[in-house]
Amino acid sequence: MHTGLEPPRGVWWKPIHRSEKIWIALAFAWCMVLFAMMPFWHLRGGQNPSGIRHRVDPQAFLARAQEFTANYQVGEDNGFPVVEPPPGSDIYLVGRMWNWSPVLRLRRGVEYTLHLSSLDVNHGFSLYPLNINIQVVPGYDYGLRVTPGEAGDFRLVCNEFCGINHHTMVGRIIVVDDGAPVVGLVPDGEVSATRTAAANAGGRP
Amino acid sequence: MTTAAAKFRVCPTTKLRVHAQADALIKANAVVATVALLIGGLAAILVLLTRWQAVHLLGAEMFYRVLTIHGMNMLIFFILFFEMAVLYFAGPVLLNSRVPAPKIAWTGFVLMVLGTLMVEWTMFTGRADVLFTSYVPLRAHPLFYLGVILFAVGAVLAVCIFFASLVVARRERTYEGSVPLVTFGALTAAIIAAITLVHGAAIYIPTFLWSLDLMPMDAQVYRLVWWGLGHSSQQINVAAMVSVWYLLGALTVGAVVLNEKVSRIAFVLYVLFISMASAHHLLVDPGMGPAWKVWNTSYFMYMAVLASMIHGFTVPGGIEIGMRLRGYTKGLFEWLRRAPWGDPGFSSLIFSIVVFGFVGGITGVTFGTEQINIIAHNTLRIPGHFHATVVSGTAMAFMGVTYYVIPLIFRKKVAFWPLARIQPYLFAGGMLIFSITMTFAGTFGVPRRHWDITFSGAPFTLEFSPAVDLVMGMMALGGLMAALGGGIYILVTVWSVFFGEKMEGGDDGERAAPRAPESASAAV
Repeated sequence: MHTGLEPPRGVWWKPIHRSEKIWIALAFAWCMVLFAMMPFWHLRGGQNPSGIRHRVDPQAFLARAQEFTANYQVGEDNGFPVVEPPPGSDIYLVGRMWNWSPVLRLRRGVEYTLHLSSLDVNHGFSLYPLNINIQVVPGYDYGLRVTPGEAGDFRLVCNEFCGINHHTMVGRIIVVDDGAPVVGLVPDGEVSATRTAAANAGGRP
Repeated sequence: MTTAAAKFRVCPTTKLRVHAQADALIKANAVVATVALLIGGLAAILVLLTRWQAVHLLGAEMFYRVLTIHGMNMLIFFILFFEMAVLYFAGPVLLNSRVPAPKIAWTGFVLMVLGTLMVEWTMFTGRADVLFTSYVPLRAHPLFYLGVILFAVGAVLAVCIFFASLVVARRERTYEGSVPLVTFGALTAAIIAAITLVHGAAIYIPTFLWSLDLMPMDAQVYRLVWWGLGHSSQQINVAAMVSVWYLLGALTVGAVVLNEKVSRIAFVLYVLFISMASAHHLLVDPGMGPAWKVWNTSYFMYMAVLASMIHGFTVPGGIEIGMRLRGYTKGLFEWLRRAPWGDPGFSSLIFSIVVFGFVGGITGVTFGTEQINIIAHNTLRIPGHFHATVVSGTAMAFMGVTYYVIPLIFRKKVAFWPLARIQPYLFAGGMLIFSITMTFAGTFGVPRRHWDITFSGAPFTLEFSPAVDLVMGMMALGGLMAALGGGIYILVTVWSVFFGEKMEGGDDGERAAPRAPESASAAV
């Protein structure tokens, strides 16, 4: 028996004690369970960050988003255009210092392809109160297939540091039940905090 | 070696022959590390008092500046200077050898200090409000990047000196058999450091050129390569921390190595699998596909997790056998009950193992999965995790070993001994509360690195659950408790080193290192 400070002499490549063997086997088995769970849940679960990804010039992305906004704008909220896109369409959300634009008005149970990108620095897409978080990187278009599972008034918090006014970068997404009138905005109320991350049926990217 | 014989002293406690250059290099690195810890610690208190919304101390600009200062000083300067001291201890001192090429070693140290000063200057003058990660295209002053590069070059030199000392010790036959396990662990840390520093060069040199407008930088490529540096550097900390666990076990209770083969293979797993695991930082990034993310994070990461699981068994197991060999054999737990809980080296060791494993490890492994990462990414759950690993784990272990470095290397008695005894309890207890409550706040979606979670001035209102106020209030209390523990650590170390009572030549330092004499005889 010697401590970790002494140079072991002779052959130290010795058989492993039973207790250690059992522990290593248990730990290895558990690591294999973890290893299997991620791909399994990637295929089985409904909450994965996989999507369409490609490089995009920030100005080209902005032009696409502006065209999208012009085509489907239904109103204005706090100076931001409110956009209600048709079901199944490609929708665009632009992050820049320090706002998210436009305000999206979506329908529950309808699939959209949400394109996220930034015009300047990294931003963080954090959907409140569902707590879904996506990195938004300038020069990259992240197209996520989303189906809002719950109607409500959602907030977008920027959770990647993006400069001095980072804390003012809050956006809005409204999800209405199917059959609600196209226009007529939900007034900007407080988002209820009772819904937690557990209610993650919505926004299944 | 014979010519250098006069430059050695024999440690009266451990009987180790300490080369004068090793002695001086350990002291210099440890002192700078403590200064960085002091700066980072003061910054930590300011950050904490700002994020505690009831106080909200700093303005937005100052907050991000101080947060950058906190991150750089703690994660880079404190940790790496301390690790350089660990390398000079685990290499030349444990192998009874000299420091080869002391001039190069000192050049490395000077470069590291110079780089540190450059970075500190840019941060303190507001030229680098880019946070620790400095994600491009956020832009800092070119000297910020150049300072990091100089620091890294200096660290590479120190790592090379460590490798060279292994070669010199073997050639000059300063020890018999294989290198000790602690040295082997430090060797893996040094290898990971070399890999990490290559990533560092690969990212900071282009970024430096970019900051001078000499080349373009892609934001996603930056994140990919930067995390090759950022994550691997944390793995240096893990390998160094585990080495210090074996070291502290030996010094405090004469802990034995259960099986050299098992512990060494576990260290090798760190080297093999950790760089790839950097991918878990990019799980919700647009640049990489799901196959790449899943493959790198699951297969490669879990083999490194296995290594930590093995050390989590062998270190406490070695402590138990060490205590039983000293006669504490009654029942299942006499060895634990009668352990030297009043020795800050021992209590630090146990807290480091427990908090690193149960809080840091479990949160880290779960956040490293795609599906959980999407609900944790960039929320307070992330700093909640790494304050349990790198603060309660690595920093706690390093603090613990300092209580032995002071008598063994600085040859001073540890001052304010009653304070030193409670220091690990305050620090680890505070950090535990801090990490757990921070993680809870993160589950509500509270973002990390955020000046104002009441979102004043934002176009749309958002109010977090009142529970967030509660957990963040508790987080502040835990953080202040840990800061008190950190303050005591700095007081004790600085006072002992500069104004402390000198140890007598034959003094076995009973007060300073209560268990050292016994274990040293077992060790040498």
